[in-house]
Amino acid sequence: MKKTKTKQYRASSQMPAVSGQLPAKTVCFYFQVHQPYRLSKCNVFEIGEKENYFGGPNNYENQKIFEKVARKCYLPTNAMVLEMLKNNPDFKVSYSFSGVFLDQCAHFGEIGKEVLESFKKIVATGRAEILCETYYHSLSWLFSKKEFAEQIRKHYAVIRRIFGKRPTVFRNTELIYNNEIAEFIREMGFKGILAEGWDHYLQWRSPNYLYEHQKVELHPADKKIANEYALKKTKPRNFNLLLKNYKLSDDIAFRFSNRGWSEWPLTADKYTSWLDAADGNTINLFMDYETFGEHQWEDTGIFEFMRHLPIELKKRNIGFKTPSETIKAYSPVGHVDVPYLMSWADMERDISAWCSNEMQNSALKRIFDMESHLTQTINKLPKRKREEFLDTWRKLQTSDHFYYMCTKYWNDGDVHAYFSPYESPYDAYITYMNTLTDFENKLDGITNNQIPNYKSSNP
Amino acid sequence: MFGWEFPPIQSGGLGVACKGIVEGLIGNGHSVYLVLPKTLPEMQMYDMNVFKVLAASDSGGIVKMANVPSGLYSPYMTSESYLKWIEKMKGEECDLIYGENIFEEVYRYAAQAAMHAKNVPHDIIHTHDWLTAEAGIQAKKISDKPHVMHVHATEFDRSGDNPNQRVYNMERRGMNNADRVIAVSELTKKMIMKYYGVPEWKIDVVHNAVQPNFTTYHKTHHLNKSDKIVLFLGRMTMQKGPDYFLQMAKRVLEVIKKVKFVMAGDGDMMHQIVRMAAELGIERNVLFSGFLKGDEISRAYSMADIYVMPSVSEPFGITPLEAIKHGTPVLISKQSGVSEVIKNALRVDFWDIDEMANKVIAALQYPALANTLREHSKKELDKISWKKQAEHITKTYKKALKK
Repeated sequence: MKKTKTKQYRASSQMPAVSGQLPAKTVCFYFQVHQPYRLSKCNVFEIGEKENYFGGPNNYENQKIFEKVARKCYLPTNAMVLEMLKNNPDFKVSYSFSGVFLDQCAHFGEIGKEVLESFKKIVATGRAEILCETYYHSLSWLFSKKEFAEQIRKHYAVIRRIFGKRPTVFRNTELIYNNEIAEFIREMGFKGILAEGWDHYLQWRSPNYLYEHQKVELHPADKKIANEYALKKTKPRNFNLLLKNYKLSDDIAFRFSNRGWSEWPLTADKYTSWLDAADGNTINLFMDYETFGEHQWEDTGIFEFMRHLPIELKKRNIGFKTPSETIKAYSPVGHVDVPYLMSWADMERDISAWCSNEMQNSALKRIFDMESHLTQTINKLPKRKREEFLDTWRKLQTSDHFYYMCTKYWNDGDVHAYFSPYESPYDAYITYMNTLTDFENKLDGITNNQIPNYKSSNP
Repeated sequence: MFGWEFPPIQSGGLGVACKGIVEGLIGNGHSVYLVLPKTLPEMQMYDMNVFKVLAASDSGGIVKMANVPSGLYSPYMTSESYLKWIEKMKGEECDLIYGENIFEEVYRYAAQAAMHAKNVPHDIIHTHDWLTAEAGIQAKKISDKPHVMHVHATEFDRSGDNPNQRVYNMERRGMNNADRVIAVSELTKKMIMKYYGVPEWKIDVVHNAVQPNFTTYHKTHHLNKSDKIVLFLGRMTMQKGPDYFLQMAKRVLEVIKKVKFVMAGDGDMMHQIVRMAAELGIERNVLFSGFLKGDEISRAYSMADIYVMPSVSEPFGITPLEAIKHGTPVLISKQSGVSEVIKNALRVDFWDIDEMANKVIAALQYPALANTLREHSKKELDKISWKKQAEHITKTYKKALKK
């Protein structure tokens, strides 16, 4: 599917020797698993006495949504993946779980436990890699490098605690990426990072190879933070970039059940022939885990499609690798220069879904401006209280809150509206700002030595 | 076209909408003869070749109609307000044709106006609400041209649970007789189907629009500069929810003190509302401006920090569009047709006082909210025009002619 020029580039790069038995090409599956803590409705008259911020607009939605997604997506998809791992010795997957998703597994009763257990089973096969991200699925990179690093460490720790794994590859919230982020992540000791394979930056090149990021110099203060929070003292020698093949990913994630699509219905055989025809050595299929069963319902045949995929791929000698295996197996073919912020969201692939209107910018500014005041204030508190405050503040940083305030396509009632628990971006903003006011009041209460008694982490 | 009001003689939105429709139709290449109960020279505001205002009494004849009833009723709500309005009109106009008895007037108008159908060349008869429906029915008898009835409001919007049976009968008669019915919103369409038994195929929804305005008002406050202004503009009647507005004001003042609530308009609930403001103990923060006209309206919209339309029932509601035109963010009740066309507005159920207060306070306290609303609603408004809406009306005409 890509242009001829790619081949010239490949010829000049060092390719590992490909023998007859080894797969000619590998697929790298990566699934994003995330659930935000949607805010409870908070009107101005509740400010000062709001107890539970994170129940959902009517205080029950978060649990209901988790349960619904668990039944439609997490549990059946996990069963499918486990079965695929069992039946296909070559099959590999990778996941990134946001910290707030893992929290919800712990909070939402039996079904939460069941979901977590099934993920653990997959990881226990040794053929599922876990990636690292910001614990709170936040936009912290844009506002505070220290906060960004803190959340990465917190996420790293929780993955170790729950799964006994040490992630080596990083993905930022919504694949937000630029040269600087890559450099920072490299400084922190990761081996690689995921990004969108967006044509604007790749130009004629194919996303189906390993790349290096464009080296940039970090601000000394930022570099200091990165080193301070680094996972280990010695940095890996190589640092690579895995780019999402958005066309082939979206064929599954978005177009699979679209009857208006000329390729509908998509069979495993047909899809495999496309992968076979594609150039390069790694096809990076990155998608939201809710693709399975939630965005594409079970009756679209998505599960059957997935079950057949490894069999069809094997026929064509296409294998699987996890991100770190991909990095290990191949050599980078060049540098990708991404000076501006890029993400995997919307047609624009920029950060406008979260920070394009005045409401979003004012809300983001307000939450991140609190950082130094908050950290100073809560120092006086006992550890448990301190962590409660930090946790609340950070849950308020989750990118989804700002996504709900997006007016970009509000007029056309598009995907932003579809995923929002609010009637309008304005309602989302009012709820958020009122909640922040309440939170600030509680902080002021500490200054005045009244330690408020509220539950922040127990929705 | 048979109209009841036309600027500058108007008491509410009907005249404004009528003007917009005429302008849009002319813009789409139609010629319009507009028959009104009374005409003024300044009403002849467009090219004589495509637009002519005719007084009903100039038709040179009268259609004989049985059953000219008596009784009192006004196009806008109660008899008391109608009488007052008549008195006001009397004060301003010497040779007034609006009679003391609205039914009598409606029939007299119909009898005279319909005769124009004999003399004036036309392809379509377009009527507005129950007031001119009878004229359309009679005109159709004369010329046998299709009758399109434009429903701006129904008796159920005006009177809630106590509809006037005779008004209802006239509305129903008009809709049954009409070849097609235009509803100003989906909300109104549903009511027409539910209460008047009109089949769905006969109804087209054409939303209202506003005329572009090139005068700009600066956001200067004419009141105390430090005070925020929340505006209500509309008739003081049950349908418009002025009492909900006051209850909201009370709640807002519990949180922010420096707010003035301006209530512009007159109506049968006026005294009750003034009393209620005092009873709630917020009379110092509520200002009554009375009925506003022309420039005063523009100034009111411009000086407001937010415009609130807490209507209990609003078939369309053109005032929020006017407010947006003046750069003012709006809060509208979900029970309004206008909420079908403006998404960039704050929306509440009219009875949800706390939520209404919550949103008003947010708009006053968070400039980012007001600015985003202002910017995006303006963009939305720019996409709506009478010219476009008249294209939809043209489609309705074509359907009526095909029949």
